[in-house]
Amino acid sequence: MTANGWFQILLVLAVILAVTKPLGIFITRVFNREKTSLDPVLRPIEKLVYRLTGVDERHDMRWTEYTVAMLFFGGVSMALLYLIQRTQQWLPFNPQKMVNVPPALAFNTAVSFTTNTNWQNYSGESAMSYFTQMAGLAYHNFTSAATGIALALVIIRGLARKETDKLGNFWVDMTRCMLWVLLPLCLVGSLMLVSQGVVQNLKPYTTVALAESQTVQVTGADGKTSAQVVHQQVIAQGPVASQEVIKELGTNGGGFFGANSAHPFENPTPFSNFFEMVLIFAISSGLTYTLGRMTGSPRHGWAVWAAMVVLFLMGVTTAYWSEAKGNPMLAGVDQRASALQPGGNMEGKEVRFGIANSALFATMTSDTSCGAVNSQHDSFTPLGGMVPMINIMLGEVVFGGVGSGLYGVVVFVILAVFIAGLMVGRTPEYLGKKIECYDVKMAMLSILIMTFVILGFSAVSVVQPFGTSSISNSGPHGLSQVLYAYTSMVGNNGSAFGGLNGNTTWYNTSGAVAMLLGRFFMHIPILAIAGNLAKKKIAPASAGTFPVTGALFTVLLVSTILIVSALTFFPALSLGPILEHLLMSAGKSF
Amino acid sequence: MKNNLFIAMWFTLVTTVMFGLIYPLGITGLAQVFFHDRANGQLIEKSGKLMGSRIIGQAFTGPGYFHSRPSSAGTGYDPTSSGGSYLGPTNKHLIERVNGDVKRLQEENSTAPIPVDLVTTSGSGLDPDISPAGAEFQIPRVAHSRGMKEEVVRALVERHRKGRDLGFLGEPRVNVLELNLDLDSLHTAR
Repeated sequence: MTANGWFQILLVLAVILAVTKPLGIFITRVFNREKTSLDPVLRPIEKLVYRLTGVDERHDMRWTEYTVAMLFFGGVSMALLYLIQRTQQWLPFNPQKMVNVPPALAFNTAVSFTTNTNWQNYSGESAMSYFTQMAGLAYHNFTSAATGIALALVIIRGLARKETDKLGNFWVDMTRCMLWVLLPLCLVGSLMLVSQGVVQNLKPYTTVALAESQTVQVTGADGKTSAQVVHQQVIAQGPVASQEVIKELGTNGGGFFGANSAHPFENPTPFSNFFEMVLIFAISSGLTYTLGRMTGSPRHGWAVWAAMVVLFLMGVTTAYWSEAKGNPMLAGVDQRASALQPGGNMEGKEVRFGIANSALFATMTSDTSCGAVNSQHDSFTPLGGMVPMINIMLGEVVFGGVGSGLYGVVVFVILAVFIAGLMVGRTPEYLGKKIECYDVKMAMLSILIMTFVILGFSAVSVVQPFGTSSISNSGPHGLSQVLYAYTSMVGNNGSAFGGLNGNTTWYNTSGAVAMLLGRFFMHIPILAIAGNLAKKKIAPASAGTFPVTGALFTVLLVSTILIVSALTFFPALSLGPILEHLLMSAGKSF
Repeated sequence: MKNNLFIAMWFTLVTTVMFGLIYPLGITGLAQVFFHDRANGQLIEKSGKLMGSRIIGQAFTGPGYFHSRPSSAGTGYDPTSSGGSYLGPTNKHLIERVNGDVKRLQEENSTAPIPVDLVTTSGSGLDPDISPAGAEFQIPRVAHSRGMKEEVVRALVERHRKGRDLGFLGEPRVNVLELNLDLDSLHTAR
């Protein structure tokens, strides 16, 4: 670890701290339908959308109608994405003549992008047309992000409103979120990325002459290898920047190219990398302030923010330390950091990012539900690779996905005040709302579904040939690959230990089920909690009320998050990454 | 109920046109006007021939060239198949590959420990850079092979060395393709 590395990590955190309050206030204004400086431009567009789609913007929905609208929209937009992929060869913007995506893969991808997972069993540069990338995949980056943010606002309204069953209008929340919050940042951000070298064009791939022709070994269809001389390089192009920016800002994470944000055309410079990392945390961090502001307790928002920062620092420290130490199995290799090289475990990492920025990106992408990668987590050291896995297992509540992080952490807050209530023998209250049996049941449901899916599907996959045949690393690392895959899919993260071959009938199908359960079985209990909370009275705080501000609350929240996840996943982790770490220290390879 | 289903259909269509077509096409237009070179991949043209992209790596194997890092993209540096090796740290294939590369590099250069980036694949398989340590390690071989003085080659490497962005972001690096093309223009490769 170097001083410069830590400086870069803390700088990102400082920028996040600086944007939290202004963004939080702006989001509050947008969803309260207060005036903003963007209204003269955006309000006419907003009205046009309502006129074209038949939305009555004065209509306020109950939680059940909100849920139905959300599910209808998810279903319809998912069907359209499936259709676009299945017909892309006849659609425009396809200079590379990409053929239609096969059904199982198209289904998996449609589910994946609708649920904000962006798990990818394909490589964009060899499977998707520019039309599919723009109108299918990048479009869903907008809508799935907006859906998450809308839901976060619903649960905040549930806390802030009293004795009502009305929680807002799904279509209005979606429209305002996409127009006011996402679009302006994307317009500025994508041009910023292009200025760094992220490509943005609709051209066919460029063929260039290699500076030095290369002889390579090619394996033919018959399995025989033969030597072949390569004179050319074909450089994949595309409308990348417009997708790159929403991929990070909306914590979607699906790369335009197979290599995701490690690809020089997605993330060309350390500055673009810094910018992308800030985008990943920005909205989720702002939402903690929105939570505090709308419920009239800004200090509660900051207490939640502080808990997230504690967990973030624990993760990034472990990952950075472990990756900087390097791989003890490599002999004759200089892995020390110096002025001339970053050193450390460089397998799967880019020179321009080195160790600090790779460990930091991996931590942030898994703290949130982003899943973009600028290095290959599969090749991380065992403990370094365990950090993203644990982050997702925590429920992605360390800032978390846009919106999903906030409603995820509210579930843990409910559990924390419930536990505190049990300890002192009083009915637990959260911001004046009594937390009762129904709320706790729904909170537990959303936590248990994750456990059930991760451990259940992983268990089946490691004992059945249709599961084990996709594993590319032997020994405990193989278990880590499967465990990471289901963790990532049910957590709607989308990053991967990339060696696992996910494009099989089993993984495409079970993965799609995992992603749907992880998304909608989170959403429905959350909306139910919001609906139930909104109906309650707000009781004034008394001497017996457990405060949800301050250091004591932050410690309690961090402990609740860690204990719930540790108890659930420690056995599986000890057989995967922890065992691999011990065996690696003993010099054992597989 | 039924009303929301119809809204869902229209909403999907209208927003797909707005965010799936107008937005990316608008950005493409702006990018092509204001950042023409960068939006098209920073292609290098030499006497009317496209020689590559400044930010996409290429493989080099001859003794007179600086070598890039090993690559797992296709058969090596194939931008239509970007990606890493996905080998875990305890995987025998990784350790055997590194051992083989260490042996070869020590035969070609010197028996000093090899800078780690020269024996590890990048995440993209298209890494355009090597570390300054990785460049320094190769200077004697390149100079010898081209019959050039080491100081001359070192000065050229120094010119291509890029520091951290703004002085503190990222890591120092040397762009291999640009360095090699400059070497060639100074001196014809053998």
